[in-house]
Amino acid sequence: MKTRDLAYIALFAAVIAVLGTIPAIPVGPVPITAQTLGVMLAGAVLGARRGFLAVLLFLVLVAVGLPLLSGGRGGLAPFVGTSAGYLYSWPVAAFVIGWLTERSWDRYNVLRGTLVNVVGGIVVIYAVGVPVLKAVAGLTWGQALTGGALPFIPGDLFKAFAAAAIADVVRRSYPVIERPRRTATTR
Amino acid sequence: MTLALYVPVASPVHRLPAGVKLLCLAALAVLLFARPTPAVAGAALVGTLVVGLGAARLPVAVLARQAWALRWFLLVLFVVHALTADVVSGAHTVLRLLTLVLAAAVVTATTRVSEMVRVVELLGAPLRLVGGRPERVGLLFAMALRFVPVLIERADRIRAAQAARGGAPRGLRALRTTVAPLLVQLLQMAHDVSEALDARGADDVPVRRPGGA
Amino acid sequence: MRFRRSPAATADTDVAEPGRGIELRGVGHRYGDRVVLEGIDLQLTEPRVGVIGANGSGKSTFARLLNGLVLPTQGQVLVDGLDTRTQVRAVRRRVGFVFQDPDAQIVHPTVAEDVAYGLENQGVPPDERAARVAEALERYGLAGHADHPAHLLSGGQKQLLAIAGVLVMQPARVVFDEPTTLLDLVNARRVAELIAGLEQQVVVVTHHLDLLDGFDRVLVVDGGRVVEDAPPGPAVAAYRTLAERR
Repeated sequence: MKTRDLAYIALFAAVIAVLGTIPAIPVGPVPITAQTLGVMLAGAVLGARRGFLAVLLFLVLVAVGLPLLSGGRGGLAPFVGTSAGYLYSWPVAAFVIGWLTERSWDRYNVLRGTLVNVVGGIVVIYAVGVPVLKAVAGLTWGQALTGGALPFIPGDLFKAFAAAAIADVVRRSYPVIERPRRTATTR
Repeated sequence: MTLALYVPVASPVHRLPAGVKLLCLAALAVLLFARPTPAVAGAALVGTLVVGLGAARLPVAVLARQAWALRWFLLVLFVVHALTADVVSGAHTVLRLLTLVLAAAVVTATTRVSEMVRVVELLGAPLRLVGGRPERVGLLFAMALRFVPVLIERADRIRAAQAARGGAPRGLRALRTTVAPLLVQLLQMAHDVSEALDARGADDVPVRRPGGA
Repeated sequence: MRFRRSPAATADTDVAEPGRGIELRGVGHRYGDRVVLEGIDLQLTEPRVGVIGANGSGKSTFARLLNGLVLPTQGQVLVDGLDTRTQVRAVRRRVGFVFQDPDAQIVHPTVAEDVAYGLENQGVPPDERAARVAEALERYGLAGHADHPAHLLSGGQKQLLAIAGVLVMQPARVVFDEPTTLLDLVNARRVAELIAGLEQQVVVVTHHLDLLDGFDRVLVVDGGRVVEDAPPGPAVAAYRTLAERR
């Protein structure tokens, strides 16, 4: 791994951290926080490997005691609470998004990107998050889904679209995923 | 680091090695799920409070903040359990969750970030076998923390530049005209940083082969 | 001829010949189809070398060739006889590099940690490291800021920090890429004085022409070629003529 890759990984860990400082948008009963947008962007801009590591780095920064989750949460508590499953799924989500993005790189557009982000950023995250919520809180499947998935879907769909729209612009002006021809990065 | 959740106190709990504290936390989690009764959860909660407030002499506010953040969730959880199952299972689930969160908060508040980082590096040591370089974890940490203020500054700069040209775009347009250019600038900066790191000896292989960019 | 081996560089510099300076032999560089530099043959042994030219003329790439940040797609760059392509580590230990934007160069949260970074890479033992960092901070007027967060420094202080982080490694030569472009007059002058006082060979890429006072040799780069190679007076005059013809 080149130094440049390390810098990109650190950058996206910082991006996810800064997105945590954006106040949550109240849409109906459950607010949208911006951090999963950062997770999606990490995969869509950096690709599978670097995206995974960026999110992992962010989670390690949180776990060692920095209050970088939205609302100033941090330390080990979020990793054993009800949201634990969602956090654990984030690196996987970034990896899946990155993997799918790399494979659709030549034909990438906002629509394809949105689909990719839905698969990685919604399906994967809920697939891990909801069962963990069910186990930790001792809920039934129905309760876990109504409490831990349904209210977030509109916001997550919007984030999937937003991440794709941003990734599409970045892809055209500063491609980091190296699929097609390489482009100049230095003056 | 001023923004850390560490609370400096000279206590035996603070002096325990970070690895031991993390193992205790893991053992507690296993116990709480393997023996799901209110008695076990209650005893564990009392134990956690004794360690956190007694032995570690943490301010009550440190733990109260964690519990307070969970208050509505715990209440709803209790009600749901009471209605669909019974009060005992509700009490047990709420106690278990509260205990785990508080115990984790105790570990975080009594362990310096640098000690945690050492555990992370230790855990990453097996990566060496597959060609990884766990000693780079420190560099990654430093860069990520250094990028946070730079990122906020660049975001402000873009916002100001757009305001100067007639107001910041809102809604979907902002994604393309503000967020995406910001990200491109940041990627360029990260690239420059990596060059500067290489110039100071960060890597041992050529960055670009001839013909590469 | 002096033949001083820097202690940290002994591992892979057995063939270094300090008298040879920086040599570019038939050097060209292209990104994809775009030719950035071509046909450059130079030997730079003078203590003070300036590089001037318009934006996009290839100056920055030229600077990056000198310590292996960019490798030539044609020809060879040799530093004290070491090829940047095959001995990039040894080259980078001899050639320090200061960037235009200090924000791009400062990677550690606090001032002292950042200055220590390059020494860590060189494997300098902690005691010596601490001493050299303290000395560098003192010399560049940052002694009071050792534990301060780097992002709270002023622009001028940040550039001094960036320079300290490079010079603490004691490179034999230092390349500056537009070191004063982002600075105000006071700080630019301060950096200029600092550069003037260095014992090392210095290569400065700049738009600030007064930075070149007292330089031995100035290269004018235009359209990817070195079009003038002369003392500061004639070189700056040639650059002015070039600019007026546009």
